[in-house]
Amino acid sequence: MSLWSRISNALHGERLNREIDEELQSHIEEAVASGRDRNEARHALGSTLRSREVSHSIRVVGWLESLRADLSFGWRQLCRNKVMTAAAVLSLALGIGSSVAAFRLIDALLWRPLPIAHSSSLYILSRKMTGFDGKPIEDNHWATPDFNLMRDAVKDQADLIAISDADRTDITWSTDDDMEKAHVVSISGNMFPLFGLQPALGRLLAPTDDRALGASPYAVLSWDYWNRRFGRDPHVLGRSLHIGDQTFEIVGVGPRDFTGTEKGTVTDIFLPLTMSSLATQDNVSWHRAFLMLKPGIDPATALEPLRQHLSAVNHVFNIAFTKSFHGAPQAQIDRYLNQTLAISPAGAGISDLQKEYRRLLGVLGLLVALVLLIACVNVANMMTAQAAARTQEMALRVSIGAGRRRLVQLILSQSTLLALFASILGAFFAAWSAPFVLSLVNPPDNPARLALPADWRVLLFGFALILLIVLLLGLFPALRASAVQPVTALKGGNDPHSPRRLMRGAIALQVAFCCLVLFLSSLFVASFQRLQNRPLGFSTDRILLLETVAGKGQLPVVWNQTADALRAVTGVDSVAIARWPLLGRIAINSDISINNATPSPTPAFFLSVSPGWLSTMKIPLVSGRDFNRDDTSPGAAIINQSFAKTFFPNQDPIGHTFARGANEHPYAIVGITPDAPYRDLREPNRPVFYVPFGEIDRVDNQSVPKTVDFATFTIHTDTQNPLALADTLRQLIAERHNGLRISNITTQLDLFRDQTVRERLLAMLAAFFAAVALLLAGIGLYAVLNYSVQQRRREIGIRMAIGAPRTRIVRLVTSDIFLMIVLGGCAGITLGLGTARYAESLFYQVKATDADMIALPTCAILLTALIAILPAVLRALRTNPTEILRAE
Amino acid sequence: MAKTDALQGSLDLLVLKILSRRPRLHGYAIMAAIADISGEVLRAEEGSLYPALYRMEEAGWIRAEWIKKDTGRRARIYELTAAGKKQLGAEESRWQSVSLAINRVLREA
Repeated sequence: MSLWSRISNALHGERLNREIDEELQSHIEEAVASGRDRNEARHALGSTLRSREVSHSIRVVGWLESLRADLSFGWRQLCRNKVMTAAAVLSLALGIGSSVAAFRLIDALLWRPLPIAHSSSLYILSRKMTGFDGKPIEDNHWATPDFNLMRDAVKDQADLIAISDADRTDITWSTDDDMEKAHVVSISGNMFPLFGLQPALGRLLAPTDDRALGASPYAVLSWDYWNRRFGRDPHVLGRSLHIGDQTFEIVGVGPRDFTGTEKGTVTDIFLPLTMSSLATQDNVSWHRAFLMLKPGIDPATALEPLRQHLSAVNHVFNIAFTKSFHGAPQAQIDRYLNQTLAISPAGAGISDLQKEYRRLLGVLGLLVALVLLIACVNVANMMTAQAAARTQEMALRVSIGAGRRRLVQLILSQSTLLALFASILGAFFAAWSAPFVLSLVNPPDNPARLALPADWRVLLFGFALILLIVLLLGLFPALRASAVQPVTALKGGNDPHSPRRLMRGAIALQVAFCCLVLFLSSLFVASFQRLQNRPLGFSTDRILLLETVAGKGQLPVVWNQTADALRAVTGVDSVAIARWPLLGRIAINSDISINNATPSPTPAFFLSVSPGWLSTMKIPLVSGRDFNRDDTSPGAAIINQSFAKTFFPNQDPIGHTFARGANEHPYAIVGITPDAPYRDLREPNRPVFYVPFGEIDRVDNQSVPKTVDFATFTIHTDTQNPLALADTLRQLIAERHNGLRISNITTQLDLFRDQTVRERLLAMLAAFFAAVALLLAGIGLYAVLNYSVQQRRREIGIRMAIGAPRTRIVRLVTSDIFLMIVLGGCAGITLGLGTARYAESLFYQVKATDADMIALPTCAILLTALIAILPAVLRALRTNPTEILRAE
Repeated sequence: MAKTDALQGSLDLLVLKILSRRPRLHGYAIMAAIADISGEVLRAEEGSLYPALYRMEEAGWIRAEWIKKDTGRRARIYELTAAGKKQLGAEESRWQSVSLAINRVLREA
């Protein structure tokens, strides 16, 4: 009660004083009533002021009361400069909000530990080797037989866990028609027990589900999928789902917060590893291998011996495996065997999204931090100007006995108020912007999903940030103000230039930060533009892609008949078939052998396409002809110019032959096309060959057509929006009941856009932050110069009176500011060149040292500076000397 | 002056004791009661009475309440709390032992 009453009294100081006065007054009245003289009674009570002071101090929390006074004083100060306060709060809020949003994204994707037991003792195995293009690659996918050998070799010290990537897989629940896609992951049976996870319903997969191949047709749903797809229906247990020709029974639902080990993708269904046919194959690396140390094993001493042991086992496996490399050059075998096994921490999960966005988020974090710093410097400048204007007041306070601590508290409480308002606004901004940015990353058919809880990690970061800002904003002006010498200050100040010097330093700092933001932003924007405008070599306009599957495979003739049926639909211009679309992230290469020679070190990529595919995609022929219906594969081939240059330098390839590896059936080249990006927009052009869609097996000299289990109908439509036809075409294919089903519908334009998501995101955000940084720097410049002109009005007036020309006045006002801009600009560009090296992998055909990349931010800064200082210069020129001198 | 010196350090005790016998007194009445009961020997200095009352209120020994008197004036009246009763016991026994000690010195010195 007592502390509370003292706190409450502190907040109602005036009322308390009134009450004390009233009580003392009533005491005197009682004394008079009992017959004493009024004056004597008053005298006996002593000085009213003193007793009130003593009584007051007993009944309140002193520091709280002074804090309250300071806060209300700070509030009045803020209210006095409404525009400046609003600008300060807004810019700080933007900085705080973006910082928290960036932290949420970075933390969720890269740092936050998985919600499993002992996440800190979870590691991932990867192998470092040299790719066929001579560049180092790191691969963390393994073949199951190799994984099994390694698992058995270290089982005393550690457990190995196999987890495949979350693949979007076609699944059906009842009839064949309601096919849908879900993220399916194959896991070894020890994953759930080792992660210490408990089922929300039914049971989880166990090591017993891992015993024999194909023996455990059981599936576990993730809690998220159970909630999203089944509305937490408990009757989901026992239902069966179909993937291809396999049937799985649902036996359980996973724990609520576990969404898999792949950050950015929420796993829907967990299946036993041994249910995949890939689990027996030596040559398919398809799942990751996690390592979990047994309890009590010290990672510092155990990891390196473990790594060596695993490495040796892997090497033995690889040697046995390379025996199957028939006819491969020795260099290729050596390159394969020369692997280094690495063990890295994986407690925060592992995913391609992490790999792809690590640097991007780093750069984003940097931009955001810089904008926040600029905002802080701006507001600190504003407060320094205010503090300078209040030097006299401070001096007065010190001379009547205010302690330095009290003065510091006075200024800090003002910056706390600012930071508080800004952080409330910023919290809203952060809550909105982090999911918004995440939604920008998403390709529509495969959304990245990331848990973004606002938990104690985010709160802690927010509080640390606010504390830092309060200190940044307030401490410097506060210390300055508290060091004031009352005598000199009251006499008129000893050094009127010192606050200006401080503010000019801040301007240089601000320009440097701003320049850095602009420099990086222009690099990202230019990268995006160049990627966006890269000549494709094919059309993305009005092309609809129907990705189609045939469960058990269908003969090419069925596919062709379906294409004919699609062609008859109104609005369809042309229809062709390709196994997979260009830029569809699928790429398969094969070795190329010319005249039965050993394959060259460069492999080529291929794609089987139907006649008319080239014209549908608007890919021209440089020479030769397109396929016709009689061409089969192997038989005819069309190659691109890179292929011609690589394998047939200085000759006309038309009519020549090549094969996929030595002693294989040859392809005769019938046509040449220009280069077009195959899988990835950013990749350099690769040798590509196209083969006819209808593939045949030549068994015992008889030509038997092979069945095709998936392909993509490529449709050029008359309408501007190709997706408008999607439903009609989907229905048409379903009605034919010939085993073909559409598994995905997209457009060529969307595939192209998906590839530029990262660059688009970065360019957009960078441009936004660059604009904010410029605006803030402009406001800062304006404020400082304005203040400086106000301070020097007397000097300017006198100079004008004695006949200084206008140019001289302008130079007087602006010269040192421009010096600061140049200094800051140089520092910013230098910093930028250093930072750009770190972000190089995010650029596309842009170099940090390009002249226009440096010129652009410089011009932007100068232009902003010109606009920002113009009002102050005009004010300086309009100074009326007579008025000034009269005032003197 | 001698009168007030005797009070030094025992104002709390006197106030608590008075309030334990006669609850709900205002400041002047407490002062008057001390003077009255002690036969005008002890007189609380008026200037230090109120700070002492506030201090004891903050310590939680007494609580205060504003009441409206017949004259129309408001008065702040005080009464003992449970903590105040305990404190009174402690102060009384402290006073007993101190005065015993002083008496012994007076007797035997």
